[in-house]
Amino acid sequence: MKLFEIVETVIDPEPYRKAVLHASAGAVTVFTGHVREWTKGIRTIYLAYEAYIPMAEKKLAQIGKEIEEQWPNTKVAIAHRIGKLEISDIAVVIAVSSPHRKVAYEANEYAIERIKEIVPIWKKEIWENGQEWIGEQKQKPIVEGELK
Amino acid sequence: MITVLYFAGLKEKTGLDKEQLIFSGKTVKQLLEELQRKYEGLSDGIIQVAINEEYALPEDIIEEKDIIALIPPVSGG
Repeated sequence: MKLFEIVETVIDPEPYRKAVLHASAGAVTVFTGHVREWTKGIRTIYLAYEAYIPMAEKKLAQIGKEIEEQWPNTKVAIAHRIGKLEISDIAVVIAVSSPHRKVAYEANEYAIERIKEIVPIWKKEIWENGQEWIGEQKQKPIVEGELK
Repeated sequence: MITVLYFAGLKEKTGLDKEQLIFSGKTVKQLLEELQRKYEGLSDGIIQVAINEEYALPEDIIEEKDIIALIPPVSGG
């Protein structure tokens, strides 16, 4: 496994927890994001995720670097699954270790927010009577943005 | 030649996952304008552009052999 990766198979969170453990880590938070059946009253049958894999892995690594710079002595591992995912499957796992728990929680939440902003991954919801690519991008349009 | 990659809804709108174009020495904005003339519906919604796997600005210049990705709003997580 890599510390920051896009995978096409079932995610087991445990290797990511172990990958961030080290002697001075007093806390590890492991977040798993799952496929939800109901969103605003609409029933999802399954999800299809797609990624621009090399750039997505770079951006996941960038998030890890941002965290390790912002919160010293943390270590991060992130994996996102693509392809067809069924209800309750793990779509994403984020493991963050830190000397103390508060930072491990904060940094983990930061990671999922950043994933939703900058990592080129797309989710298509497939419903009983239709399907749609979902865009939750928080960034401003490129004409206004400063993305570098 | 440059390579242009399409993802998610843009792949469906263009019917392509990638194509090669003769286009260099011009800006990201100019490329988007050209592609929006070529593909109906491409201009619906926000599109970001990456050059060689890094987000680019509208005024950035595209060079020969660059790999350009058109990135619709992301929805990972």
